[in-house]
Amino acid sequence: MTIALAPSAGVAAAFAPRPVLRERGQREVFCGLTGIVWLHRKVQDAFFLVVGSRTCAHLLQSAAGVMVFAEPRFATAIIEERDLAGLADANEELDKVVHRLLSRRPEIKLLFLVGSCPSEVIKIDLKRAAERLNGSHGGVRILNYSGSGIETTFTQGEDACLASLVPVMPEEPAHQLLIVGALPDVVEDQFRRLFAELGIARVETLPPRRSKDLPGVGPGTRFLLAQPFLGDTAQALEARGAVHLPALFPFGAEGTTAWLHAAAKEFGIDEMHFRAVVAPGRERAKRAIARQAERLSGKSIFFMPDSQLEVPLARFLHNELGMSLVEVGTPYLHRAHLAAEIAALPADVQLSEGQDVDKQLDRVRAARPDLTVCGLGLANPLESEGLSTKWAIELVFTPVHGFEQAGDLAELFARPLVRRDRLTV
Amino acid sequence: MQLTVWTYEGPPHVGAMRVATAMTGLHYVLHAPQGDTYADLLFTMIERRGKRPPVTYTTFQARDLGKDTAELFQASARDAYARFKPEAIIVGASCTAELIQDDPAGLALTMGLPCPVIPLDLPSYSHKENWGAAETFYQIVRNLADKGRTAPSREGRRPRANLLGPTALGFRHRDDIIEVTKLLEGLGVDVHVTAPLGSSPSDIARLGEADFNVLMYPETGHEAARWLEKTFGQKYTRTVPIGVGATREFLAEAAGLAGVDAPVDPDAGRMPWWSRSVDSTYLTGKRVFIFGDASHAVAAARIARDELGFEVVGLGCYNREFARDIRAAAKLYGVEPLITDDYLEVEDAIAASACELVLGTQMERHIAKRLRLPCAVISAPVHVQDFPARHSPQMGFEGANVIFDTWVHPLVMGLEEHLLTMFRDDFEFSDANGPSHLGHGSAPLAGPAEHVEPDAVLVIAAPQPEGWQPDAERELMKIPFFVRGKAKRNTERYATEKGVTAITVETLYEAKAHYAR
Repeated sequence: MTIALAPSAGVAAAFAPRPVLRERGQREVFCGLTGIVWLHRKVQDAFFLVVGSRTCAHLLQSAAGVMVFAEPRFATAIIEERDLAGLADANEELDKVVHRLLSRRPEIKLLFLVGSCPSEVIKIDLKRAAERLNGSHGGVRILNYSGSGIETTFTQGEDACLASLVPVMPEEPAHQLLIVGALPDVVEDQFRRLFAELGIARVETLPPRRSKDLPGVGPGTRFLLAQPFLGDTAQALEARGAVHLPALFPFGAEGTTAWLHAAAKEFGIDEMHFRAVVAPGRERAKRAIARQAERLSGKSIFFMPDSQLEVPLARFLHNELGMSLVEVGTPYLHRAHLAAEIAALPADVQLSEGQDVDKQLDRVRAARPDLTVCGLGLANPLESEGLSTKWAIELVFTPVHGFEQAGDLAELFARPLVRRDRLTV
Repeated sequence: MQLTVWTYEGPPHVGAMRVATAMTGLHYVLHAPQGDTYADLLFTMIERRGKRPPVTYTTFQARDLGKDTAELFQASARDAYARFKPEAIIVGASCTAELIQDDPAGLALTMGLPCPVIPLDLPSYSHKENWGAAETFYQIVRNLADKGRTAPSREGRRPRANLLGPTALGFRHRDDIIEVTKLLEGLGVDVHVTAPLGSSPSDIARLGEADFNVLMYPETGHEAARWLEKTFGQKYTRTVPIGVGATREFLAEAAGLAGVDAPVDPDAGRMPWWSRSVDSTYLTGKRVFIFGDASHAVAAARIARDELGFEVVGLGCYNREFARDIRAAAKLYGVEPLITDDYLEVEDAIAASACELVLGTQMERHIAKRLRLPCAVISAPVHVQDFPARHSPQMGFEGANVIFDTWVHPLVMGLEEHLLTMFRDDFEFSDANGPSHLGHGSAPLAGPAEHVEPDAVLVIAAPQPEGWQPDAERELMKIPFFVRGKAKRNTERYATEKGVTAITVETLYEAKAHYAR
């Protein structure tokens, strides 16, 4: 059994500068507030209070695509005309809203005050508000971060949220592994089982499922990023002495193996033992992927910028499913965290960063790829032009990491093509 | 600041988008930060539109704020014109752009774009979506309607009317247009222009050539209709033709405005007979709670009482601008008007009303589900389900047929209701299964997956020397769920009136006899 632990491309290629198309125009992306839609379910005793406008509230209910089934753990304090008149009053109003909220929801132990475009522009100081309100409601910890569109796109909201947790993590000197990034509980449990089998005793996650389980951090902490969009969080952890373990991201059989291996190496796990532990999952993943490869191999794919998952997913689809990459667009290209990923891409791929949506759509129409990965605002218009699409948002709302989900991840891309073949209407 | 979990209406610029997206040949240049493009998905996903809304967003970011966002706006407007070649452009700001005060209107007007530019001033911190749609449509009409083009002499031609108000993302607007056009055709009246849905700026220019206007949706078309009346002397219809009675009244009103004879006995479709047929007897006196936009809620109340024989026990709307209409109607039905955009308040009111049917928006559908009440949707805000593939109007006689089916369907049917009362202890045939024609799972009355308060309407405290005695409580549980609320309320009222402190089986039946209808 051979396992490719290093990216397939040579070391030299990894560091050769790649041409990246940088565009500046209309961006068809969500703002960072959207992350609340999954974060509020992940941390079960946290509440997200957006300080913003009716637009923010409308975005959250529209992006969530749902009405309120159970009372959600997020809300918007909608700024009104009189709040714009005087900031002192706005602060007083905010205190009142927080008080009302926390008295109604006594089970909440962690409250995020989330900044928005309007709150940033009129300079409502949410950091000071959080400090002012901290301790005023018993054991409720109050933090702040910005999910505003002028500062963050889509998944960057999670980065900002997690980064705001880092300063309040307790000091922890022990040698431990920290998995960083919100993962579905089922995936998190799979990884924990694998690390336990490998023999890594202390494994923590950020974010935790309950705020009282917020892990510690210190010079003994080694961390793996589960998501490619966590630049600020990584920087904040490094400032606390933690050390990043660079690796491919855990998508597909290869990505997951490399990601696990980075930790195994750091924690001195015997190579033979590592191979024995990952082999069953890795084989299952390969079998599941092979089924979809029949459908996807040789098909072309175009990524519009959306979640920052584009580069690792393109690597997976190219290397493990044989898809050809037309363009890989991403809102932001984190060169350090994506170094191994970029190196593993074919040399001729067109990378693009930022967006001018009309020009990019011109390129999609010219290339007519078999599949275009894009946001919900673009999917039906492209379908009506006869181009198959994959909704990008499904990639952040579905368990796709790790061995056991590798087949599901590939299937997400195969489904639109299968559907197209089936239909005769 | 207003603490909001969910909102019935979006911001006013989304209202402007509903108008722009409804039209052809019009483009909207919107000064807005990155992220506001989410609004596109409302149209492409909920309405399944195969085209992007005709909106160019500047999508400015923090780094632009230090520099020149005004220049960014002008570049976006120039590019939008070059790419889309619209007949006219509307320009405006979303909530954040309003704060940075770049004055997109002023900037666009000085650019010398080779098409009409219509500035919009939509204050985001005090107004909402419907208002934004109405204001946008009004500004478009005011700026583009050609004052030189008026209705020619009536000699030798049929009367003509404009249809005003239908927009993108409207509740059944697509199908209502077809029905209203049919009604007018029956009177010998031609539809001149339908706007905004399906119209272009050059259609707007010829609005003045019609003899009168049909105001289909006051929420979005009222301002424009008033301006057209002032400017061209075009009268407009006041009756929204939802329901059989309202449709008849609308026909008479439109005939009057057109100067033609009203049909003496228009064929009113199946609804009147469906309602009079004996099978519908069980609908008599059903308690119904109504909430939506004001026009749809007022129309629904009239249908509920006069055409289905229901009892209206609650009536409200979320759009304050039309609160007066709801207050007037509420007086007519003897209920307290509920004017609020806080769905929690609506939920409380529904629970307190002990109603047997909820007519509302998608939010009331969820509330009804939580409270285990049957529900039908009558109004925006819309959901993907409100865009059915089949023709499904609300207006006209066909609309009344659709409404009959939609509202009656969620209820337990006549004979089934009797059987449930008679054999409540049948282990297979129990009201906990829900109405049989809705199948298993479509109306789970106590699903484990869904968090349901233990009978939210009917919480009965532990046995006390006062209040409900165990025997009476057991007897109460034998009454089918859809009338149990009423029985409980009546019994308690009876007990209070008679000064009875402990409610027994005897009290229950005394009360039943007392309130027998």
